[in-house]
Amino acid sequence: MREKLQIAGRVFQSRLIFGTGGFTSLQVMGDALRETGAEMVTVAMRRVDPVAGGSILEVIDAAGCDVLPNTAGCFTAADAVFTARMAREALGTEWIKLEVIGDDKTLLPDGPELLTAAEQLVDEGFIVLPYCNDDPILARRLEQVGCAAVMPLGSPIGSGAGIRNPYNLAIILENAGVPVILDAGIGTASDATVAMELGCDAVLIASSVSRAKDPVRMARAMRLAVESGRLAHEAGRIPRRLYAEASSPTEGLAGT
Amino acid sequence: MMLNLNGEDTEVPAGSSIPDLLGILGFEAGRGVAVAVNGEVVPRSEWEGFGVTEGMNVEVLRAVQGG
Repeated sequence: MREKLQIAGRVFQSRLIFGTGGFTSLQVMGDALRETGAEMVTVAMRRVDPVAGGSILEVIDAAGCDVLPNTAGCFTAADAVFTARMAREALGTEWIKLEVIGDDKTLLPDGPELLTAAEQLVDEGFIVLPYCNDDPILARRLEQVGCAAVMPLGSPIGSGAGIRNPYNLAIILENAGVPVILDAGIGTASDATVAMELGCDAVLIASSVSRAKDPVRMARAMRLAVESGRLAHEAGRIPRRLYAEASSPTEGLAGT
Repeated sequence: MMLNLNGEDTEVPAGSSIPDLLGILGFEAGRGVAVAVNGEVVPRSEWEGFGVTEGMNVEVLRAVQGG
């Protein structure tokens, strides 16, 4: 029996969380979503919908997925806490993907604001999944204040630069007592596989699918990549060596 | 009466309810929409009876693609 992803007591069959930003239409988004097999889908909260008409929630419902609201675009703990409260009222869920970013150019998390917001939201009964830097100490602090998972970045949002610091990620993974979900930076399928091979419990996939030439095909690639990476992690890779190690018998060779 | 509605000073008919304000903004009142007045979330069950008055700061958000 293979171990399933479990966050805050909820069991998931899929280790892929689906981000909705950047799709050109809800139709393509829905098709891609079904290809990934994801069970949880993150949405933003805004005054208006600048991208698409129609109801994103209907598409998510039709795919049988749960909605995970986020606080994308918030720069302060106060704004993020307010947005989370609005999302809880709008969507009837305590779950929140917490994002508090430091500036527009990097979209990197603002650690102190993030920690402040996380602590406040946990106190208010939210199930908090914070998007954080690949900083083992910040990840530990977020876990200590009661976050249900940590979501370190591989590289900046939308950069497609993959996992820039696998060593930091390894330290986070070794020490975390909650699920570690790689969020941001995945550019293509192999990046998702690497994240899972390193031992991440799940990955969040957004821009790499929504901005691909063929989002639906990339969605399928991501599903397979996450499954492959997880299987390889469970199977246990061979150690890297400087020199060869023969795979054929060294006894009974001709001429010996 | 004047309100601040999603960051814009807006003249609305006196006695407007929260559902009326949603209509002015072009929001459907369905799932995925939340309303706050002066920074406090107003539960959906209180929308009809909520007394909207001059000068209030009303924020309306809905779930959209992103993040």
